[in-house]
Order: sequence, then structure tokens, then C-alpha cells
Amino acid sequence: MNIHEYQGKAILKNFGVKIQEGLVVDTPEKAVDAAKELQKATGTTMWVMKAQIHAGGRGKGGGVKLAKSLEEVKQLAKDMIGMTLVTHQTGPDGKLVRKVLVAQDVYYPGEEETEEYYMSVLLNRQTGRNIIMYSTEGGMDIETVAAETPHLIFKEEIDPKVGIMPFQARRIAFNLGLSGNAFKDMLKFVTALYTAYDKTDSSMFEINPVLKTTDAQILAVDCKVNLDDNALFRHKDYQELRDLSEEDPAEVEAGKYDLNFVKMDGNVGCMVNGAGLAMATMDIIKLSGGDPANFLDVGGTANAETVEAGFRIILKDPNVKAILLNIFGGIVRCDRVAQGVVDAYKSIGDINIPVIVRLQGTNAEEGAELIDKSGLKVHSAISLQDAANLVKELV
Amino acid sequence: MSIKKITFGEILPTLRIIKMSVLVNKDSKVIVQGFTGGEGTFHASQMIEYGTNVVGGVTPGKGGQRHLDRPVFNTVEDAVKETAADVSVIFVPPAFAADAIMEAADAGIKVIVTITEGIPTSDMVKVKEYIDGMDLRMVGPNCPGVITPGEAKVGIMPGFIHKKGGIGIISRSGTLTYEAVDQITKTGLGQSTCIGIGGDPIIGTTTLDAVKMLMDDPETDGIIMIGEIGGSMEADAAYWIKDNATKPVVGFIAGQTAPKGKRMGHAGAIIGGKADTAAAKMEIMNECGIHVVESPADIGTTMAELVK
Repeated sequence: MNIHEYQGKAILKNFGVKIQEGLVVDTPEKAVDAAKELQKATGTTMWVMKAQIHAGGRGKGGGVKLAKSLEEVKQLAKDMIGMTLVTHQTGPDGKLVRKVLVAQDVYYPGEEETEEYYMSVLLNRQTGRNIIMYSTEGGMDIETVAAETPHLIFKEEIDPKVGIMPFQARRIAFNLGLSGNAFKDMLKFVTALYTAYDKTDSSMFEINPVLKTTDAQILAVDCKVNLDDNALFRHKDYQELRDLSEEDPAEVEAGKYDLNFVKMDGNVGCMVNGAGLAMATMDIIKLSGGDPANFLDVGGTANAETVEAGFRIILKDPNVKAILLNIFGGIVRCDRVAQGVVDAYKSIGDINIPVIVRLQGTNAEEGAELIDKSGLKVHSAISLQDAANLVKELV
Repeated sequence: MSIKKITFGEILPTLRIIKMSVLVNKDSKVIVQGFTGGEGTFHASQMIEYGTNVVGGVTPGKGGQRHLDRPVFNTVEDAVKETAADVSVIFVPPAFAADAIMEAADAGIKVIVTITEGIPTSDMVKVKEYIDGMDLRMVGPNCPGVITPGEAKVGIMPGFIHKKGGIGIISRSGTLTYEAVDQITKTGLGQSTCIGIGGDPIIGTTTLDAVKMLMDDPETDGIIMIGEIGGSMEADAAYWIKDNATKPVVGFIAGQTAPKGKRMGHAGAIIGGKADTAAAKMEIMNECGIHVVESPADIGTTMAELVK
């Protein structure tokens, strides 16, 4: 589960990670109040206005701006709230900005130069251990850094038996070229950051940039947090952080029926049991000359209700010209799925696009018979290749 | 020169090594953790019906009862003591599954197959660390299990689509494995052992581990390796295959059309960087001499051509 920058920062702060302070607001008036409050608390005389959406690249898209006066705070908040922000991660349609984080200015002048670093905590799938990945090249897209200057990316692997050790924190601070107060501050920062990641059962924490201020403090200016959905049962309070407005409505709807759905922009919808087979079905649609309109895994309990819900969700997409239902019955019985298809047709009433039903495995023959007897205009297929050929014919 | 008297008991382990198929066989003594629950009950009956040697099960607090005509134990330790079980299949809910795996490891179980989907990754980091260096093999989690057709079915796959034969199958997915099995059965070839390694980011048996086992298995003539987007397991296996393969390998990667940054059902199926993509994996596999098919419909026929 992805959460907003302001929510991630609140979690970090709770675990003792120093952050760029800020307050989240949803009206220009509240933005001004927040700015005043921040001035009182931090002494800041300028404010960074940051649009809160679940996507990176906000700066380039106009979603991060500096306000030099309270008037500017108000004006920028007015501009940002309600705007559609388009970044390289939002897709061409962009995302509606509903909230703005009013944050303290942390690039104030001082004795030293500011420095920006990159730091993330994530799982190294090869070793099954968590790593802290960091770089002197902060504020840039880390994939670009990895491609162009891979020697500037460092990794510190954490032993799950003991957690992060002081020598590891020191190595990180040394590798980043720090000394004096900034060095000490980085030790605290790294240790608290790893603890936050560990205690929240997260999948990823990415802080980009980590800033060394002109008075040698280390703090998190931005943060991207991904919580492990499978661990949310241990963190009931984090479940409230979910922002449904950031998710595709069709995906949210599918979630209600325990359907695993990902919206895509092709012309052939598909409904499949099992994630691997669902991806393979999308691939076969593409190879047959179509384009997958979605990923949809109905899981191990495909029945009349879930099949109907799946049809309804797919049919909402006007681009869909055909639907391929691909079920390999193991635990799921094909005759039950077939009954689900028949019921869904009756219940929905007007499915005007061709539907290809491929049933294989447990009770496949009974399922096919059910479909054939129903008199529905459904194309049935037995092998995956038959299904592919039908897609080719129909698209 | 004295002739040492050899007892049957001494020969037996050797015989077993020669006869042993990959991971499980008809001599495997299988227990079910989460035995009396809904999932456990249903699949344990299916396994028994298939002919798997299920010797009992574990449900804490229900020790001493009988279930499916087999003994229920409070702990895996008790089960091992009483039944000499060496394989465990786990149907315990996600919140308690990590504990169940470690309990099985602690009790000396040699093959631990975890079916459970949805275990927190942080729990699996601990499990991996716990079992590190122990003499056991963990398969899964989030997998359909392992089957050696005609001998033992340890998992949730539909038994009837399988046929004893010479093709080993490795896959991160459930139903896609069944698809490959079905295609192979229809070519008349049959399967030696099918290993569902699981769709999670941390799993006990990697693609490479499974490839090595099947490459060493005298009953296996060809290997089907089914991967998907995310991680580097297929590439790791491919590089090993390039230098060590003694049998043909057919490969397929699901998710050629998957978008970046979206989790495709499996917790581990997500494209972060370029190496996660199907295209990148397929290219490496091709370079390493694996017969990569673009369409999942071609898996069976391609293998049939190769082992003809």
C-alpha cells in the first residue's frame, strides 16, 4: 500500500527520524494558518508548497513550489488544490490534487553548503535480507544514477538477527563523506530510518533527497513509503492511511469482491484464475493481435458472484471489444464457473461484445456442456491455442 | 580379508537415494500443519485419495484426536516422534505461518512445503534466517506444492491432470503450472516432478535450486521453467544452465504485457527496474540456450519436439 508524503513523514518522525516539518491542508485559508504555525515552531520565513499525490516527479510537473510570503502561500495553495498534476509517473491523465503539504524551507543560507543524498531501505530478493541503498547523488532519479554512475550507489545489508549495527551506520556516514555534527546526525538518521522500516513491516522506504543543511543537520525532505499489504493486519492504524481516491476506481471496486484487478488500456478484457495464468493470458491476447484491457485474477474461489462482478467491472471500460475468460479448474470447478457465466449473462442482461470462454481442468466437460445448452452467444475454447485463435478472429 | 555382513538397514538409505525422485516420493511420510482447518481438511483428503502417504497432522490443542482417520498432534515434534514424518505441508493462516515453518524446521522435518499465501515479507526474512544452514528444503510459500505423479502429491494441484513421465516442471504460479502439466500430459510425455516454487518475494526453493534438483534427477529428461516478472531468479538459473545443462530446458516468462510498478497478483510479481521485465529475462534465457517460448500455448509442443 502506498501512502502520501505527509503520512510517511509522520511515521518517520514517530521513530525519531528528523524530517522537514510541515502541515497538510486542503484549503488556501488553512494553508496560511499552517504557514504561520510553522513560522512560530521552526522560524522559517519561506514555505515549500508540495502537492500530495501518490506519484513521483512532482517538482517537474509544477507540484512543488516555494512561497516567499503568506500571500504566495495562499495563492499557490489556491493554484494547487484542485489542479490535475501530470508527472512521468501519473500517466497522461494526471492526478487530482486534493491536499497540499505546507513545509518549512530547509535550504536556508548558512555556514556550509547544502548536500543532497539518496537513501532507501528495501528487500534484497536475492539474499532475502533487507538492505539500505544510498548514494551521494541525491535529488535525482535513482534509476538514472544506477544506469550512468553505478559506482556511486552503495548497499549495506542488514543481518536480521541483530538489525542495523553502529559500524554499518558509520560506514554509511563515511561513504557519504560526512564529518562533525553531520556525521553524528547521519548515524541517528540511518538507525532511526531502519528501525521505522522494520517496525512498520514496510516493503520500501525511499528518502530522496536526504538533506545536509547549512548548519549540518541531516533530515528527510521527501519520502516514499510502501507498506506491506500482507502485514497490515498487525497495523490497524495504518489501514486508515489508505487513500482510495489515489487508486483506480475499477481496482477499488474489484477489491470489494476480493478480485485482483489492474486496469490497462487495451481492447480485450480478461478474467482468469491465478496470477501467473492471468499474466500469461494477457500475453497471449497480445500475441493474437489484441491488447489486454486488464489483469484480473478471480483467485481460488471463482463462483457466480465473482464472475458477475468481474464481468461488470470489465464491461465498464468502453474500449473493451471482447472478453476472454480463461479458467483452469483445480480447486475451482469449471461447471460452477460456467454456471456463473450463465447467471452473469442473465443478470447483466446486455453483454453485446463477444465473450470467449475457455474452461480446462476439473469438470471442464460439464462446464462446456452447460455453456452450450444455455444458448448464449459464447465462443467456447478448449485449449489455450483455440482461445488465442478465437481472439485473433474476433479482434 | 573379511567380508562385512551388510544388513538390509544399511542398504536401504543407498537404495532410497537411487530411487528417490525429487523432494517427495511414495515413501515420504507427510504431515499436514493446519490439519483440521477447512483448507487443511479438504486438501489432506485429496492428497490421501491420490495415494500420498499422509501419516497425520498438527493442530495445536487438538492433539490426541483423530481426523481423516489419522492422528492429530499438538506439536510437530510430537508428530515426528510418533510417525517419523519427514515432509510437512502447511495450510496455516498467514499470521501464524512463519511460526509453523520454524516449528517444522525445529522438529527436524526435511521438506517443508508452505501453501499459505499472504505471509508478511518481514516474517519470511526471519524464517529464511532461521532455517539458514539447516539440513532441510523449504518450498514456497504461496505455492501449489510438489507432486511426483504416481507417488506423492504434496499440495493443492489437481492430481488427475498429471501423468508419470520424464518432464520436470518448475513454476512460480499455480494454475499456469497446471496449464503446462496439461499440455505435457496431452503430448503423451508426462511429468517426473512438478515443483511450484511460489509467487512471493522470499521463497525457500529458488528457480535455480529447482533446476539443479531436476538436472540431477535420473527420472527427468527435460525441464520446463516457468517464470514471471520481478526479481532475478530466472536469470540466475539461466546462467547456471548455460554452463551445466545436460537436458533441454523450455522457458516461459509470464507478464510480457505487464505495466511497470503494478503488483500483478503475486506479491513478487512487480516490475521495478529493467531486469524485472519479461523481455530482459527472456533475452538472458535465450542467450543461455534455453528454448524460450513467447506463447504459453507452445510450452508442451516445444518440449515434445526437443525430447522426441
